[in-house]
Amino acid sequence: MPEALPVHPYLPNSVPEIRAAMLREIGVEDVEELYADIPPELRLGRPLDLPAPFASETALRRHVEGLLARNTSTQEALSFLGFGCYQHQVPAVCDEINGRSEFLTAYAGEPYEDHGRFQALFEYASMMGELVGMDVVSVPTYDGAQATGTVLRMAGRLTGRREALVPRTMHPDRLRIVRNYVEPAIDLVAVGFDRSTGLLDLADLRAKVSDRTAAVLVENPTSLGSIEAQAPEIAALAHGSGALSVVYVDPSSLGVLEAPANYGADLICGDIQALGIHMNFGGGHGGFIASRDEERFVREYPSRLFGLTTTAVEGEWGFGDVAFERTSFHEREHAKEFVGTATALWGITAGVYLALMGPQGMRDLGAACLQRSRYLTSRLSTIPGVRAPAFESVAFREFVVGFTGTGRTVAEINAALLERGIFGGVDLSGYFPELGQAALYAVSEVHTKDDLDRLVSAVAEIVA
Amino acid sequence: MGTIAATKTRRFHNARWDEPVIFELSTPGSRGVLVPTTEPALAAEAGDGLSAPPESVRRRTPPALPELSQAQVLRHYLRLSQENLGADLNADIGQGTCTMKYNPKINDQLARSPKLAELHPLQDPSTVQGILEVMHRLDLALREISGLDRFTLQPASGSQALFGMQSIIRAAQRARGEWPRRNELIVTIFSHPSGAATAAVAGFKVITLHPGPDGYPTADALRAAISDRTAGLVITNPEDTGIFNPQIAEFTRIVHEAGGICGYDQANANGILGITRAREAGFDLCFFNLHKTFSTPHGSGGPACGALGATAELERFLPVPVVDFDGTRYRLEYDRPDSIGKLRAWYGVPGVHLRAYAWIMSLGAEGLRRVAEDAVIANNYVLSKVRRIHGITIPWPDKRRLEQVRYSWQRLADEAGVTSEDVGRRMADFGLHYWTSHHPWLIPEPFTLEPTEAYAKVELDEYVTAMERVAGEAYADPDFVRGAPYQSTVHKNDPGPLDDPARWAITWRAYLRKHGRRSAP
Repeated sequence: MPEALPVHPYLPNSVPEIRAAMLREIGVEDVEELYADIPPELRLGRPLDLPAPFASETALRRHVEGLLARNTSTQEALSFLGFGCYQHQVPAVCDEINGRSEFLTAYAGEPYEDHGRFQALFEYASMMGELVGMDVVSVPTYDGAQATGTVLRMAGRLTGRREALVPRTMHPDRLRIVRNYVEPAIDLVAVGFDRSTGLLDLADLRAKVSDRTAAVLVENPTSLGSIEAQAPEIAALAHGSGALSVVYVDPSSLGVLEAPANYGADLICGDIQALGIHMNFGGGHGGFIASRDEERFVREYPSRLFGLTTTAVEGEWGFGDVAFERTSFHEREHAKEFVGTATALWGITAGVYLALMGPQGMRDLGAACLQRSRYLTSRLSTIPGVRAPAFESVAFREFVVGFTGTGRTVAEINAALLERGIFGGVDLSGYFPELGQAALYAVSEVHTKDDLDRLVSAVAEIVA
Repeated sequence: MGTIAATKTRRFHNARWDEPVIFELSTPGSRGVLVPTTEPALAAEAGDGLSAPPESVRRRTPPALPELSQAQVLRHYLRLSQENLGADLNADIGQGTCTMKYNPKINDQLARSPKLAELHPLQDPSTVQGILEVMHRLDLALREISGLDRFTLQPASGSQALFGMQSIIRAAQRARGEWPRRNELIVTIFSHPSGAATAAVAGFKVITLHPGPDGYPTADALRAAISDRTAGLVITNPEDTGIFNPQIAEFTRIVHEAGGICGYDQANANGILGITRAREAGFDLCFFNLHKTFSTPHGSGGPACGALGATAELERFLPVPVVDFDGTRYRLEYDRPDSIGKLRAWYGVPGVHLRAYAWIMSLGAEGLRRVAEDAVIANNYVLSKVRRIHGITIPWPDKRRLEQVRYSWQRLADEAGVTSEDVGRRMADFGLHYWTSHHPWLIPEPFTLEPTEAYAKVELDEYVTAMERVAGEAYADPDFVRGAPYQSTVHKNDPGPLDDPARWAITWRAYLRKHGRRSAP
């Protein structure tokens, strides 16, 4: 049957003469002989029931692009969506590098044939280290949530305790991931937030932190956008109980916000999607973990850590795995958690991004986000019934807007905005019912004054 | 030399740019990219932004990032890319178990469309119907290929799919009132280390089966491991040896009768597409690595997808959300009270989903079967050639292999003192990727070749010829092979600093702190 089919471009040995020559070398007449170990009762015995394939790239492209045409992207609409996934400028060089065959189609090569991957990821880690103020940064994990789960488990092992205090405002999806990940090792206890500022409720924290606490997690900014001004105090409270201070930080903010290591963080984690990676319908995420360069910390990382070394030739840089034997590649179930394929290409991309941005670019980015947040909240607050910002704290690039006073639901407002080609802020009423009808609006350097004014006019018109 | 495959090795030399670490290229004041400016009218109302953050967490010292002009950054990373060897550049058959096949360029182009790349995951469902349909269609195809009833595309790798599988087994046993009494998870030694590691992370006690006389565990060994504490079995088939376990249906029956749940790690599915399925073998759960079997690029180690399937009985435990289709509209369903929660942000990596869907739609049912057949033929062709290389032995030499073989250089090590790692470094000199194998090295001095369907016979011949040549060199001049590589980007590493806490340097700042600034080479 297969021999009768045309030669397929992805199957170089489907040329009948080649196939015959290979079977001859093996010493069998038919490929069926090679499948003789699979018992008849396990054989499918019929062709798979799949749609007919496309016979050319043109036909495939027409089909897939036809499906994608039903999407409306954030390039076609004006979007204020954030909540963990952000629209930022993606420098062209980022896409140029992550589209290179050599990086795109490599996998797990050794330090020799894949020297470039090792160096690029070492540099990525080094630049992240400058942002957060730490000497150890892991090769990327799956996403910020995975990084959080691992950091909490690391804290549990380091302290011998099994309770982690996490903010009530933590992103609900991230919490779902973390909860499932840490279940056998760590109990999560939520710490409430101050209803006027959106920041951590320190009285609640003081009541809950104890000698059972392995880690106190603070998010900066919070999942609801506020800059956590109390972060140094929170770290001190954690240390006072012998717990580790863990900071989930947004790397985009670190041109203008302090490196968490400088306000007491022991372990730092976060997500790199905003660093030169397209949103990709949520596919652009990668996580990072950082700590001081203390052996007891390094030995607890599950991730690969790439280090710099010398080679047999004077003056030549070499790269390799640091303390590889702690990983599951080496120790299976006795390892520190597990490691495998994660998001290396996004790590390389984030490195390219940080190299392009430099300290001045990160500072300009931070300023642009802060300015747009302040401008938009101030303008939205002029609309009767709209509360912007809903919290009395400084927003980095997203902030909660209260709509309860308008008598309209966020769902209604967002539907009306969508008709005007605007993706309104994330509806928080399901995630945080205590906030009433509230939405999380995100801005970034890509928004112009006209974009922000257009939103304000549209909201004013809708709630009028 | 060259008598087995009758082709030449390549006069290769990898790019050697002697490229500095990027911090060494920094010139203060240089700019790589500009940030969109803030209009004066906006700034007049909003202030400079910089003074807005509270004093307590305002940045005092700028991050010491390197400062380069744009083209310098580009050239630096292009040079690094040239010092890397992807599947697009070599017959990447040396990374057995990882299925390094061709990643069609058309699929990359489609995935780069702004109609996908510029979507936010929380857009109104009416604005993302196209990508949701792609995800749904891929789910349907995987259901047919496996025989299971529903897939989640959320796990972002094989290891995360394994962890998802362990999480579901835990949740299902809990729903039966059997957790934590049933806390033992059975795996096999010739499966990916993450199978055992993720089970431990999920809270299981791990029991590992070793191979019997035929290269796979015996049913008796499984029976001996089973008890009323058995939560489940997670197994590959074929295992990393390439040998298909014909008793697999009996394995799943034994585990089911004991109250356990059976998960199938289909990392090694490339030789059995359209031939045999998880359903007929009795599995409750399975996953496919879309970045392996379904051709999406590995990205130097992700992002990827381990598409995780379940039977109708277990699908309620899958992570949220699932893509539902009511005949008219696609939507993301979160209201699933028995779900384990979530594994990865949002919905996984849709760019990978789209590429895998496009690949399936380029091949169809007959095409997938030909992929499997060609992968098995290529492997057996390479096996036939490699069998004749002096120094290589084949464990269980009389057993048939499907898509890959784990070989051994033990004889070479005994006779010439040259190890599998030494061979690997020398293979780099011929522009070919080679890897030893996962630990533990139950098969001593191992390597695993997985030729896949994707390389032409002449390319397979080149790989075998290079390997034969290295073996010859090892017998003639073992020190020469031990000193390799010579034609790669760099020479043999000094491993000392990598395992010494006083000297290791995981970032540039750590390097400077411990070693001081180096003089230029």
